[in-house]
Amino acid sequence: MTLALLVRRSLRQHLLSTVVTALSLAMAGGLLMSVWVVRKQARETFTGQTGAWDAVLGARGAKLQLVLNALFHLEASAGNVEFSDFEAIATNRAVALAVPIAVGDNYLGYRIVGTRTNLFTEAEASPGRRFVVGKGGRLFEDGYREAVVGSFVAARIGLKVGDTFKPYHGLSFNPKEQHEDEYLVTGILEPSNTPADRVIWIPLEGLQNMTGHAAATATDVSAVLVKLRSPIAGQQLDLLYNKQGNRLTFAWPLGAVLSQLFDKMGWFDKVLELVAYLVVLVAAGSVLASIYNSMSARRRDIAILRALGARRSTVFSAIVLEAAAIAGFGMVGALGFHIAFLSVAAGVIRSQTGVVLSVWSWDPILVAAPLGLVLLGALAGVVPALKAYRSPVAENLVPES
Amino acid sequence: MPVLEIEELKKAFVPPGGTAPVPVVDIGSFSLEAGEQVALSGSSGSGKTTLLHLVAGILAADSGRVRVAGSDMTSLGEAGRDRLRAESIGYIFQTFNLLQGYSCLENVLLGMSFGPGADVAHARSLLGRVGLADRLDYLPRQLSTGQQQRVAVARAVANRPRLVLADEPTGNLDPSNARQALELIRGICTENNAALLLVSHDPAVLASFQRVVSLSELNRAARKEVAP
Ligand SMILES: Nc1ncnc2c1ncn2[C@@H]1O[C@H](COP(=O)(O)OP(=O)(O)O)[C@@H](O)[C@H]1O
Ligand SMILES: [Mg+2]
Repeated sequence: MTLALLVRRSLRQHLLSTVVTALSLAMAGGLLMSVWVVRKQARETFTGQTGAWDAVLGARGAKLQLVLNALFHLEASAGNVEFSDFEAIATNRAVALAVPIAVGDNYLGYRIVGTRTNLFTEAEASPGRRFVVGKGGRLFEDGYREAVVGSFVAARIGLKVGDTFKPYHGLSFNPKEQHEDEYLVTGILEPSNTPADRVIWIPLEGLQNMTGHAAATATDVSAVLVKLRSPIAGQQLDLLYNKQGNRLTFAWPLGAVLSQLFDKMGWFDKVLELVAYLVVLVAAGSVLASIYNSMSARRRDIAILRALGARRSTVFSAIVLEAAAIAGFGMVGALGFHIAFLSVAAGVIRSQTGVVLSVWSWDPILVAAPLGLVLLGALAGVVPALKAYRSPVAENLVPES
Repeated sequence: MPVLEIEELKKAFVPPGGTAPVPVVDIGSFSLEAGEQVALSGSSGSGKTTLLHLVAGILAADSGRVRVAGSDMTSLGEAGRDRLRAESIGYIFQTFNLLQGYSCLENVLLGMSFGPGADVAHARSLLGRVGLADRLDYLPRQLSTGQQQRVAVARAVANRPRLVLADEPTGNLDPSNARQALELIRGICTENNAALLLVSHDPAVLASFQRVVSLSELNRAARKEVAP
């Protein structure tokens, strides 16, 4: 009880440094937690984002690029797949479902992807969830100049059912490269929280035959999304396309391919983590410094308390507790900063990749990091506490004049 | 049994820049009975404060014995001295030494927190006794110097000590406040059955005590220094 009074008064007497130090700890803790959560969730959601697909068939090239292009609608297509190759894999007995996609156009910077309606009717958006066209809309008809718009795109550029638009050539928006073809929006997809939300879907033939596209390659597709009948089928096709063949790349299994992405980003990950730890260390140092700097002002109070019978250990504990309390206040703020940082990161990741991180989801780090930082704060308090522990009483009772 | 017994107590300091310790306190024998009130006289630098620090266990003696309420202060470790001080000694300073961040009531409560434990009712009644019943929540800087010393007096007896040490308690007060403070200290010690060891070089203060001991005679270290 006496300790609580001593800590409370001391926090109040040094209010400014208490607040500043707690704030710096709050930011450090928030950063640490959000880096952790973004990293973990990004890995989980990216690798869980492959929907109902088991593999992607594409032109010979890097598997990661193929998967990013075909499933995440990122980066450029490495090349084309002839229609006969699509037909071959589609009719392969090991394959449950094969859906072609074609890319190469955009509307106001949002990628237009050509495909067939069975992408929406036969495949799932994510395991256990189907694509749903919003009320008042319907899927496009294969062979028609119709489009179904992903929810994110629709919200961004305000497309709605009944609107028409003319696509632009290329994957990035160039106002000079507009096609003549006019497309009718027949439906808006309900948010699926997958990359499908970030693109505009049109019939495969539409993209292949867009005015101005080369007639020679008009039947080619960019990639084929593949659902297998069994895992063994993957090995067979891997052998067929990757080992025996040399024209095409069969990206399988998708989880392993995607984990390459995180291996590639590993250094970035590490740097970010290191920065977070450094910030935490600096914040812990600021706890130490702020209390240590005020030690000369506290010396007389400590001597008086000692003259009243306070033990060295009491004085020591009061200062360690004070440091822990500053860290404790900081951690309340840290949860706020965490939510703020995570919201920003989730927004950026969503607009860049379509992958949706959940800001409010529970993670053990939300307890572990605050606890750890309170401990670290207390540890930082040990240095000034030791100084207080050692400070002589008799000399400090004499008023400084 | 005496409340305070001193035997062959020695303390020397190494002066700044020097190497050889210079004796500051060297007392053969001195004692104080329960409830007794004694004034120690001595000029500035004669070792008054150092002696009180030794008695209170704030300073460790070089050799000799200090027994307070039957416990040997000099044979205890630092934590033991802290406990003995918290339970048996009250200390009044020339500069009051109130804790500036704490109210009057809290200052008095802290006077007992480390010994018998905080007792709000007792703290209130003590502040009432020193005439500050309506100043409980004031901070020290919101009080006059006379009032501050009265808070310090209440704090010194808050742990119901057997021995109260007062180090020139009137030195920072004007004559009228000084007289009041002295009466208060002596009265409150009597009421609380505490012995009082007061040091001062003020003749007006010394005159009111029946037993006055001259430190220049008692303290062999001081005698040496003062000798022509
Ligand atoms: N920590 C110390 N180091 C060295 N000398 C000291 C120390 N404390 C006190 N002294 C010396 O001891 C002597 C007695 O000091 P003090 O007890 O404060 O005297 P008084 O209270 O009687 O004026 C003085 O000469 C002082 O300089
Ligand atoms: Mg003195």
